[in-house]
Amino acid sequence: MPKLVIRNGRVMDPASGLDAMRDVAIEDGRIAAIGEGLALSGAGQLDASGLIVAPGFIDMHVHLREPGFEYAETIESGSRAAAAGGFTSICCMPNTSPVNDSATVTSYIIGRAERHAIVNVFPIGAITKNSAGEELAAIGLMKNAGIVAISDDGRPVMNARVMRRAMETARSFGIPVIDHCEDLHLSAGGDMNESIESVRLGLRGIPAASEDVMVARDILLAELTGARFHVAHISSRHSVEMVAFAKARGLAVTSEATPHHFALADNAMPPYDSNYKMKPPLRSTCDLRAVTEGIVSGAVDAIATDHAPHAGSEKMQEFEKCPFGILGLETAIAVTLDCLVHTGKIPLMRMLELFTTGPDRVLNLNRGRLAIGAPADITIFDTDRAWTYDVNRSASKSRNSPFHGRSFRGGPVATIVSGQIVWAFDGLAVSGASQ
Amino acid sequence: MPSGLLGIEPLDRVEIEAILDRARSFQPQQTARRKSDQLRGRMIVNLFFEASTRTRTSFEIAAKRLGADAISITATGSSVSKGESLVDTLNTLGAMHPDAIVMRHAASGAPHFLARYLVETPIINAGDGTHEHPTQALLDARTILDRRPTLEDLRVAIIGDIAHSRVARSNLYLLSKFGAQIVLCGPASLLPPELERLAPGVSLTHKIEDAIRGADVIMMLRVQFERQHEPAFSANEYFQFYGLRLEHMILAKSDAIVMHPGPINRGREISSEVADSQRSVILNQVENGIAVRMAVLERILGN
Repeated sequence: MPKLVIRNGRVMDPASGLDAMRDVAIEDGRIAAIGEGLALSGAGQLDASGLIVAPGFIDMHVHLREPGFEYAETIESGSRAAAAGGFTSICCMPNTSPVNDSATVTSYIIGRAERHAIVNVFPIGAITKNSAGEELAAIGLMKNAGIVAISDDGRPVMNARVMRRAMETARSFGIPVIDHCEDLHLSAGGDMNESIESVRLGLRGIPAASEDVMVARDILLAELTGARFHVAHISSRHSVEMVAFAKARGLAVTSEATPHHFALADNAMPPYDSNYKMKPPLRSTCDLRAVTEGIVSGAVDAIATDHAPHAGSEKMQEFEKCPFGILGLETAIAVTLDCLVHTGKIPLMRMLELFTTGPDRVLNLNRGRLAIGAPADITIFDTDRAWTYDVNRSASKSRNSPFHGRSFRGGPVATIVSGQIVWAFDGLAVSGASQ
Repeated sequence: MPSGLLGIEPLDRVEIEAILDRARSFQPQQTARRKSDQLRGRMIVNLFFEASTRTRTSFEIAAKRLGADAISITATGSSVSKGESLVDTLNTLGAMHPDAIVMRHAASGAPHFLARYLVETPIINAGDGTHEHPTQALLDARTILDRRPTLEDLRVAIIGDIAHSRVARSNLYLLSKFGAQIVLCGPASLLPPELERLAPGVSLTHKIEDAIRGADVIMMLRVQFERQHEPAFSANEYFQFYGLRLEHMILAKSDAIVMHPGPINRGREISSEVADSQRSVILNQVENGIAVRMAVLERILGN
């Protein structure tokens, strides 16, 4: 295994609180030392002057589309997009074809990832068979095969009794239940947030209440069952309030927010641009503020992208026919810097928490810290370089991003997984032996 | 508006007034069934993805009165029914270099979406989903102004399925720009409260009597049962509470007019007695449809 020393970076580790100019030495895929003026014979040298050296970022909510929809994304292409976005670990949702509702599919995904992914891939299993919301999937067997959570993302469990049983089962196996909170009866037929914008555009609305009623239900079921319940892509003001309430009651309730939900409100959409169509939809500015405040206060535990590739032909249709979902992996760091850090809403260390220890605490991946002996998953990024996102150069197979053409300040510079530089910004100097 | 006509919302008063004035000058030509040659040699494609009799015919006649050639294509029996995407259909037609495409589509925003890809061909929106129907609002304004000196301070009641009505949206934008007071009326399931904030001068009521009281203009809308996914009212109950009947007319101004974009459903949103009364200007609206569309076509295609 190659050796590497990352020199002169500002090393920040939320788990230990370290924030200092340090070198990080990597040997055998693990962190060998963190200190000043480290020497490691035969090691490559990566000059991180002026850069942040952080634990590898975790995106706990992505769609890799494999198996079944390889025309939109594959485990390989999705992992390349993750690496280009500064992520060393990603958790893939089970809404593939077939659905990841059995140990067989879980093992297939893990096997494909071992051969083709350049970052760590942790599968999330389905709650119910075929995510049909009726009969529980083989949760224990999937857990043994390697899933880290269960979720029927995109096809939420509508039957509260089934959800109760799922929570009990998840609790038995020590994994969280991640729910895409949406009352499908309330949201049926909707294409965007229900607001003055949907009325103006003549599009059918998805009321925030469709999210809120399910968050409320699941919090009550989490209390009933003692399960760990995680709210996926929280987007509404009342949902943030309810998660804060549940945390204050001591329940094991956590939540994640996507960059688009704190960067864009429903009035930001160019008329009928399907690159702004996703679930939950972009909400009103007051919801956007509440999500941001939840990130500041701690009601939100993690930032996750809900990276949802769709082929161009699917997104180039009448708005109401286009599928929901947008890319997110490559823009997450930049959007977060832009909306939360540069604006002074959160310090850099809090941002790192949201990408590392935050998701790790939800999923117990044993990643997201810079500890001696830990896997050398490291994200190096800068906070200042001006650049413009060009989705046509994306590592993803799809092109559906509302951030195409947007200018940012700061972004990923290098992504290291188990000591290997799997992605680096053009022009990053790595000298010495073995890289 | 060099690039077509997608909606009333983005237009300003000057542009709207220019179209309405020009439409008035076309009225005699239209009623005398005369043909002129302003647009001779121009080719207009009417592309209708949704059933329509009056709007398609009206655009076709307007084009022909101005000497243009008009071709009408309906979705059934075209390549659309063979699974061609909207963009491909429009690109194919665009490659034949028509001077304008008049388009009706059941999806809100379909013409806006296409306008982004089809930059060389002006698109005229003949109704998109539940969003806008700009030429309807223009012909409605022309019809009102044939009987009133100004739209300012007129009290206009728009009654019915507002939520699903492109006619209501285009009308409220236009009327609001000219300072009219617009009262929108319907059951709560068809009258989202956000409508009140769409434009200045808009208020909402659930009671038809309140809407009609003191009105100069009463616009009835067709109940679009095909767009409602779980109708809250049976047809009979709806007519009981939101159907316009003769007994309502005493609440309106004595010279109030009754309008309807058609097709009307007698006994569902309007009684036969009102539809056929002297107050009804429904057929004048149809007449003005041609004059207004002549003005729009001339403005977009004329040199």
